[in-house]
Amino acid sequence: MSENQIDQELDCRGLKCPLPILRTKKAIDRMVTGQVLKMVATDPGAINDMKAWTSRTGNALVDSSQGDGEFIFYVRKK
Amino acid sequence: MEDNGRKKMAIIASQGTLDWAYPPFVLASTAAAMNMEVWMFFTFYGLSLLKKKIEAKVAPATNPAMPMKMPFGPKGFQAINWPIPNIIAGNLPGFETVATSLMKKTFEKNGIATIEELRDACLEADVTMVGCTMTMGIFGLEKDDLIEETVFGGAAMFLEYAVGADIQLFI
Repeated sequence: MSENQIDQELDCRGLKCPLPILRTKKAIDRMVTGQVLKMVATDPGAINDMKAWTSRTGNALVDSSQGDGEFIFYVRKK
Repeated sequence: MEDNGRKKMAIIASQGTLDWAYPPFVLASTAAAMNMEVWMFFTFYGLSLLKKKIEAKVAPATNPAMPMKMPFGPKGFQAINWPIPNIIAGNLPGFETVATSLMKKTFEKNGIATIEELRDACLEADVTMVGCTMTMGIFGLEKDDLIEETVFGGAAMFLEYAVGADIQLFI
């Protein structure tokens, strides 16, 4: 996912479950349909939690990557 | 009860210590963030979690296997699980306060939400919080002692919701 397709960024580094999900939900609520949120987390639980959260809420997890102990998620708002 | 098509969760929160306060609030706030409708029923010791100011403490005496961690010092020191014999945990004056403060500091350093933060997230997401009126009678609590969002009710009110819920938990 290229950086210029991102509408908003959210830093959840250092936060543990459930905070990355709660903050992501808050950020998505403030966005409009079709916009993309980039979220960065360090809690390894975020990988499966983000999958579950997007599948339950219908927002699309369009891309994700990891490296250097960081997990990056790109979510397109439903 | 009308059906709005959302999945529903019903939780009974029956414990009032700091460590036991986490599971219900973590699950309720997350469920709400996942678009579920959530009811929490606070009863017995759990009712104290609806007080305007949460005063939950760790109760080491009832957690014999509870490891304690030091929130300061070198990494290796912080990683040590300090086994605390029950005779100390249960009898040393002020131990509960020390254990509570150590746990809160360890949580804060590790990016873990406070109970207040999680409860606020639940309230923001319109989680329904029911205070058990029977318990209020037992502990001498008045409506004014609890947060203004509290809905008051009893077993029948909770069950009428829980019977239609997809997830029911007793914590």
